[in-house]
Amino acid sequence: MFKILKYSFFDLMRSRWSYVYFIFYLLIGFVLLFLNNDTSKAVITLMNIIVVLTPLIGTIFGVMYYYNSREFTELLLAQPLKRSTIFLGQYIGVALSLSLSLVLGLGIPFLAYGIFESSAIFDFVSLLLVGAFLTFIFVALAFNIALSNENKIKGFGYAILMWLFLAVIYDGLFLISLILFQEYPLDQFSLFATIFNPIDLSRILILLKLDISALLGYTGAVFQKFFGTNFGALLSSAILILWVSLPTLRIVSKSKKKDF
Amino acid sequence: MITIEKLHKKFGKVQVLKELDLEIKSGGIFAVLGPNGSGKTTLIKSILGMVIPNQGTIKINETDVLKKHGYRNNINYLPQIANFPSNLTVLELLQMIKDIRKKTANDDFLIEKFGLAPFLKQKLGNLSGGTRQKVNLVLTFMFDSELIILDEPTTGLDPISLISLKDIINAEKDKGKTILITSHIMSFVEEISDEIVFLLDGKIHFKGSIQTLKLKTKETNLEHAIANLLRSQNV
Repeated sequence: MFKILKYSFFDLMRSRWSYVYFIFYLLIGFVLLFLNNDTSKAVITLMNIIVVLTPLIGTIFGVMYYYNSREFTELLLAQPLKRSTIFLGQYIGVALSLSLSLVLGLGIPFLAYGIFESSAIFDFVSLLLVGAFLTFIFVALAFNIALSNENKIKGFGYAILMWLFLAVIYDGLFLISLILFQEYPLDQFSLFATIFNPIDLSRILILLKLDISALLGYTGAVFQKFFGTNFGALLSSAILILWVSLPTLRIVSKSKKKDF
Repeated sequence: MITIEKLHKKFGKVQVLKELDLEIKSGGIFAVLGPNGSGKTTLIKSILGMVIPNQGTIKINETDVLKKHGYRNNINYLPQIANFPSNLTVLELLQMIKDIRKKTANDDFLIEKFGLAPFLKQKLGNLSGGTRQKVNLVLTFMFDSELIILDEPTTGLDPISLISLKDIINAEKDKGKTILITSHIMSFVEEISDEIVFLLDGKIHFKGSIQTLKLKTKETNLEHAIANLLRSQNV
């Protein structure tokens, strides 16, 4: 598997888009840190970008890579390799190269700013960690969609819809239901609704790290009480890991049954 | 060498292979012929494990190969369309496949034969279609395997490379290899193959030498013999 991973990774690291993605984060990082001079505000702005952008880029890259490397995948399938090896190698190759663009792109400006001396180091690390998680989650979801759809246009459409749903529509439905049922106690409900969407979960995790949960009012207090504890932190990490591992398992089982 | 029994494959509602039985003995060049959509590629891909049959067994050298992967180390396959990761160079791709196969490769000889030396450091995305097909051929023939499967090997090749290809195929045959070829170019098939396997609607309708086919259909030309075979199946 490491061989496939290695070559997918190198193939992507040399593509123009990886550089564009890397330079984008580099610029954003420098601009926000050096023009703003307030790390905590910079982290919030970055969070808003990461929480929406990494899923989008992960989705698009995942789908594109799968469809573009179809013939190459066929070449690999004719080699003495297990199917799971091929697809896991490609998946991890894509997700890893995207995560690296993110970590390096933001890491360099932060290092230049002197992050090790600032107290924001933990906020920053959790930001990168969440970004990497989101990348792995959405590349896996994108691979799932691409594996299930022969038709490129359909696959691309479904993938974008999936992103739109989790990044935008889910929150809309969430808000509407909060307004509709405002007579009832909703803290439990909002807690659960947050857990089932990796984007929301990531956002909440970072917001709580930043100690601005007071801004969230009563629900914020409930969230702080839940996610702020060790149990909450463990549970939310476990859920993020589930969000990565379930789609990954489906990649393996789906790829075993597929005809090429 | 290859024994296929009662192979079934359906794509959705379309039954591509129906109770297909086929036995191919070791050594020689076998051409798999048939009209478009007759199941040639599906048959080949089933042998390679790329298509998963609904029913039936495929044995290579007496061992069941369905859902296994190790046996492919002894098969060289040339796919119909050559498309590689565009950001790798030719050399890196060769290196990668050698890395995966862990078999001794005689790629230097083939690189020289197809005149690929000037392209080795170039990215695969920048190569022309014909050059890519040559890279594809090098990848296919660089290992020493008992079974060689070629899906439309002549696509995009210039006359000189075509002659080289025929030389290589004949050289492999002389080494006692089993070679399966699909092609629509009858002159190529007639020139090169020992036996033909004629597929129609997912079943084998004829298997034997070109000479037998000509005698059977009372035609002197392979193209006409095949057309005759098709007509007689329709009546």
